[in-house]
Amino acid sequence: MSASLEIQLLAVLVAAACALPGVFLVLRGTAMMADAISHTVLLGIVLVFFVVQDLQSPWLIVGAAAIGLVTVTLTELLQHTRLVKQDAAIGLVFPALFSVAVILISRFARGVHLDVDAVLLGELAFAPFDRLIVLGIDVPRALVTIAVVLIANIAFISLFYKELKLATFDAGLAATLGFAPALLHYGLMALVSITAVGAFDIVGVVLVVALMVTPAAAAYLLTSDLRRMLVLSVAIGVLSALAGYWLARLLNANIAGAMATMTGVIFLVVLVLAPQRGLLAKLVRRRRQQADFAATMLAIHLLHHTGAPTEAEEARIDHLERHLDWQPGYAARVIRHAERLGFIKSIAGHLQLTPTGYAKAQEVLAS
Amino acid sequence: MDLGQLLHSLFFDYTVRTVALGTAILGIVSGMLGAFAMLRRQSLLGDAISHAALPGVVLAFMITGLKAPLVLMTGAAVAGVAGVILVIGVSRHTRLKQDAALGIVLAVFFGFGLMLLTFLQQNPDARQAGLNHFLFGQAATLMERDVLVMALFGGAALAVLGLFWKEFKLLSFDREFGATLGFPMSWLEMLLTFLLVIAIVIGLQAVGVVLMSAMIVAPAAAARQWTDRLGLMVGLSGFFGAVAGVTGTAISTLAGGLSTGPVIVLCISAIALISLLFAPRRGVLWTEIRRRRQHAELAMVLKGGRP
Repeated sequence: MSASLEIQLLAVLVAAACALPGVFLVLRGTAMMADAISHTVLLGIVLVFFVVQDLQSPWLIVGAAAIGLVTVTLTELLQHTRLVKQDAAIGLVFPALFSVAVILISRFARGVHLDVDAVLLGELAFAPFDRLIVLGIDVPRALVTIAVVLIANIAFISLFYKELKLATFDAGLAATLGFAPALLHYGLMALVSITAVGAFDIVGVVLVVALMVTPAAAAYLLTSDLRRMLVLSVAIGVLSALAGYWLARLLNANIAGAMATMTGVIFLVVLVLAPQRGLLAKLVRRRRQQADFAATMLAIHLLHHTGAPTEAEEARIDHLERHLDWQPGYAARVIRHAERLGFIKSIAGHLQLTPTGYAKAQEVLAS
Repeated sequence: MDLGQLLHSLFFDYTVRTVALGTAILGIVSGMLGAFAMLRRQSLLGDAISHAALPGVVLAFMITGLKAPLVLMTGAAVAGVAGVILVIGVSRHTRLKQDAALGIVLAVFFGFGLMLLTFLQQNPDARQAGLNHFLFGQAATLMERDVLVMALFGGAALAVLGLFWKEFKLLSFDREFGATLGFPMSWLEMLLTFLLVIAIVIGLQAVGVVLMSAMIVAPAAAARQWTDRLGLMVGLSGFFGAVAGVTGTAISTLAGGLSTGPVIVLCISAIALISLLFAPRRGVLWTEIRRRRQHAELAMVLKGGRP
C-alpha cells in the first residue's frame, strides 16, 4: 500500500472512530466534557510515559482512560461543592491538568518524540514511517492502534445500544428500570478518553474534538433516528477526512487541521441546506406560512363584506392597501398567492371569493 | 537568578518590566471581565473565543504581511466575534445544545488556524516566525508596542465596563427586570460579550490561544469565594489575574524559557484552589467545620443539654 493510501486509510479510521461516540456527546450535551478530556489525556500519556519510558505501551491507553475519568470526577466533585457552576468547573479543571502536562513535556521529555507541537498538530503525515508486523502483514503502527479503538467503539455502542439510547433520551426512566445511567456515563467518558488517546498521535488533542462533535452535530440536523444519525455521523466524518487530506495536499499544510476545517465546511453546508432543519428550509417555511396567513386574512376580509353595500368598494385591490395596512407591493404578492391557492379570482381590479376561499374563511372563523 | 535579583530586575530591567507590565494588564482585564462571564454562565464561551481567534491572527498576517500588535489583535478580535456569532446563532436557531456549538466553533476554527499556520510555515519567508507563540504564549516576546496596544485596548474595555457598570450588573443578575425597565438588554449583552473578546485577545500573545480561557474562568472562580459583592468580586478577580500573570512570567523566566501560558495557568489555578478550599464562609474547609459544629450542637440538644 502506498504511503498516500495508508494516510487516507488512517484519516478515515480516525474520523469514524471519533464520529461514533460523538453522536452521544452531542445528544447528551457533554461535548465540552469531551473537549476537557481530550486535553487531559495528554497528562495521562505523559505520566505513564515517565513510568514505562515507551510511547507504544498499551498502558498508555489505561492511563488515558484513567485520567479521563479523573477529569470527569474532579469536575463533578467541584460542581457538587456548589461553589462554582458546571461550565466554570470544566473551565477550571482541564486547563490546569493540561498545563501540567505541557510543562512536563517541555521540561523533561524534550526530544523523545513527544513534543508540544505534535500534541496540537498530530503527525498523520509521518505515521507510515512507524511500522509494525501484524499477522505477517507490514502495517503502520498507528493503523493498528486506531483500528483497535474503532472496534472498541463499535463493540461498546452495539453492546449497550439500548441502554445508551434509553439513558440519553430518558435518564430518569433508565434509572428506574435499573440501568445505572451514571455507570453508562462513565463508560462513555472512558470510551471518549480511549478514542482521544488513540487519535491523539494522528490528529492532536484539540482536533479530536472537531472530529467527534462536528460530524455528529451535522448528522443531528439531518435526522432524528439514532441509528441513521450514527451512520450519517460516520459518513460525514469519513467524507471530511478524505476531503481534508486532499485539501492539505493541495496547500501542503497540516492534514489534521484541514480535516477539522472540512468538518466545519460540511457542517456549514448542512446548517444552511438541511431539508427540514436547515436555515434555508426554515426561512422558506416561515415565508410560506406568512403568505398563507395573509391569503387567509384576505379571504376572511372578502367574506366579511360579501353581500354588504360596500362590497364593491371593499373588494377593490387598491383599497386593500389602506384597509389591511398592506404595502402596495405586498398586497399584489398576497393576491397572487391567494389566486394560486384558489381562494380568490380577480376580475377587472375587483376581487371575488371562490368557493374554496369561502370554505377556507368559514373554516378559520369557525375554529 | 535568585529572588533578590528577580525583584530588582522587575523594577529596573527594561525588558522584564515591560513583560511584567504586559502580563499584569492582561490579568487585570481578563480577571475583571471574566467575573461577568462567570456570573452569566459563559465561562466556556471564553474557550471558544480564544481558540477561534487563531485563524484571525494568521489571516491578519497573511493579508497585511504585518506583525504589528494592532493588526494581529484586530484580526483575532474579528475572528473571535465571528466565533461568538456562530455559537449564539447555532444554539439559538437549531436544536443543537450550546455545548455542541461551542465544541464545533472551538475545534473547527482552531483546526483552520493550524492549517493556515502550517501553510505559512512551508515557505522560507522568515517573517511569519513567531506566530506559533500564539499557541502557548511567550510573554518574553512582549515588546513595548505590544504592551502599549494591550493597555489601550484593555483600558478602553475597562472604561466601557465602568461606564455601563449598573446596566451590566442588572444584566448579570436580573435580565428580565432590566428588560421591563426598558434597558436594551440584547445590546448590552452583545457589548459585554464584545468586551470579553477584547479581554481574551489582549492576552493571546502571553498566554496563548489554547489556555487563555483559564484566565477568564479561574480568577473569577477564585474571587467569587471571598465575597458576595459584585464590585469587590470584580476587583479581586482582576487582582488575582494580575498576580498570576506576573508570578507566572517570573517563574517561567527563572526556569529558562518555558512557554508562559501553562505556567501562568498553573499560578491562577493554585489561587483558585486555595480560594475554593480556604475562603471564609464559602470555602470547603469552612463548610466542613460548620457542618461538624452543627452536628455537635444537634447531638447536644438531642442529649438534653443546651448548646
